[in-house]
Amino acid sequence: MSGMSMVSDSLVIARRNLIRMTRIPEMVLFGVIQPVMFVVLFTYVFGGSMSVGGSTDPDVYKNFLMAGIFAQTVTFATAGSAAGIADDMQKGLVDRFRSLPMARGAVLTGRTVADLVQTCITLTVLAIVALIVGWRTGSAEPTNAGRVLGAFGLLLLLGYAFTWIGALIGLSVRTPEAATSGGIIWLFPVTFISNAFVDASQMTPWLRHIAEWNPFSATVQACRELFGNPGVVQSDAWPMQHPVWASLIWSVLIVGVFRTLAVRKYRAADG
Amino acid sequence: MPGAIYAEGLVKTFGDVKALDGVDLDVPEGTVLGLLGPNGAGKTTTVRCLTTLLRPDRGRALVAGIDVLKDPVRVRRSIGLSGQFAAVDEYLTGRENLQMVGRLYQMKAGPAKARAAELLERFDLAEAADRPTKTYSGGMRRRLDLAAALVVSPPVMFMDEPTTGLDPRNRQLLWEVIKQLVSGGTTLLLTTQYLEEADHLAHDIAVVDHGRVIARGTSDQLKARTGGERVEVVVHERDAMATAAEVLRGFGKGDTTVEDHTRKLTVPVTGGAKLLAEVIRELDGRGIEIDDIGLRRPTLDDVFLSLTGHAAETADDESDKETAS
Repeated sequence: MSGMSMVSDSLVIARRNLIRMTRIPEMVLFGVIQPVMFVVLFTYVFGGSMSVGGSTDPDVYKNFLMAGIFAQTVTFATAGSAAGIADDMQKGLVDRFRSLPMARGAVLTGRTVADLVQTCITLTVLAIVALIVGWRTGSAEPTNAGRVLGAFGLLLLLGYAFTWIGALIGLSVRTPEAATSGGIIWLFPVTFISNAFVDASQMTPWLRHIAEWNPFSATVQACRELFGNPGVVQSDAWPMQHPVWASLIWSVLIVGVFRTLAVRKYRAADG
Repeated sequence: MPGAIYAEGLVKTFGDVKALDGVDLDVPEGTVLGLLGPNGAGKTTTVRCLTTLLRPDRGRALVAGIDVLKDPVRVRRSIGLSGQFAAVDEYLTGRENLQMVGRLYQMKAGPAKARAAELLERFDLAEAADRPTKTYSGGMRRRLDLAAALVVSPPVMFMDEPTTGLDPRNRQLLWEVIKQLVSGGTTLLLTTQYLEEADHLAHDIAVVDHGRVIARGTSDQLKARTGGERVEVVVHERDAMATAAEVLRGFGKGDTTVEDHTRKLTVPVTGGAKLLAEVIRELDGRGIEIDDIGLRRPTLDDVFLSLTGHAAETADDESDKETAS
């Protein structure tokens, strides 16, 4: 199948998924409410008792926290992709698509692209809420608009990469319900055993090691650096020393591996 | 020269369940083959193999002259599939669904739009065209699903139990659509659990059981093997049974069965409704009071009983037993 058909077929499917979003606005809404709740809870409940780089100032924690919440939020798009694809399988839509002369990877690509749009919306709302509760870029180190946009770019790329993991989960489970929980439970250890919510340098050494090599941590560290926010960990671990590169490499690697696996699974899907 | 749909020795195993155990089919161009069998017989698996959704473990298949295993992409351009579950997006409108399918058949936006409008009109969905299909009735959804399969007017169509779960009115409607389609020259493979449906729509019927075609022929041929039609009479008075049996013997094509305790007499016949009317007149003329009378056509169960020795409903259990042993 030609490259042209891959692009146009993916766009047809992305469009279909975006239309669905406008017909089920509550899904977009819940996608936004959950991280907003996290921002408010972490800022006001944990904010006073967390120490970042020796400081227990709630304002420091607030500025430290946002990169973590943003990164966690984009990865949670995984559940949406997984559930969406499992739903298409269950309803027989995947059978319909697989019987059509369309590009093989387009159903999944279209889905992940539509999920990326949802992630953009969520992230925009979240950034506004963060600003309202007092998050400021350049609070620790000077930064500029280009670097801040770069940070959001890395976040979106990470989110996109994780939706491919979601696609594979969606193709591997039997029901959309299983896909929703299967798409999210593993994200709790991934996002908590990291530098997202606590200063990783205060963890026990073996846990700290995991946290520093966690693909998710690289993006968080990169965002803190680019946002000019506090809490950038000094470490011997390569991903913590070169977080922007590490974030890019991890995300591209995840897309490469999981896209290949998911498309192969889709082709062979016995539904 | 193989037909528009041709299969030879299709085998498909899931774990230790043999879903297909050597299926052979040959459907001449422009004809309808009804694949008849109970749940779990292998009908859907056959359709999935022929429509490139599933790769058979062994065997060969040609659809529209194209090798299904060697060139699945070209096969997909020549087929339409309407599944057992109405595979339309419930949050998209009918129009959006059809346009999407058109685009994925690689039509340009303009023609896809025009074709969608044409099909909505033809399937009596024009009024509901811009409502999400979630609001459609089961029959409407099934019609839309069928319309989606017809977007490019494919020469070969597959329908997997197109009327299962539909009420009689909608079933009738769908039958009409299918007949129109076939009169236009489309080759159709249709699976069904209803002998009546296969009888109505198919030129040829293949009876499937345990992943094999166990009988093939026109519906008349199959019925003849099954024993054909019977007239069943329940008389009001036990005393009238002897006279009734005598009457039935005059019309029957075989032995009359008499069940004393239910006052029921059964006799094989040919001649259908017309003959039934004659029987009623004759019984009436002799003053025999009738509680119930009817023309009993062979059902799927009868076909199965005569072909396999087991009833259709128990086919699943049988196959379970087989795989367990």
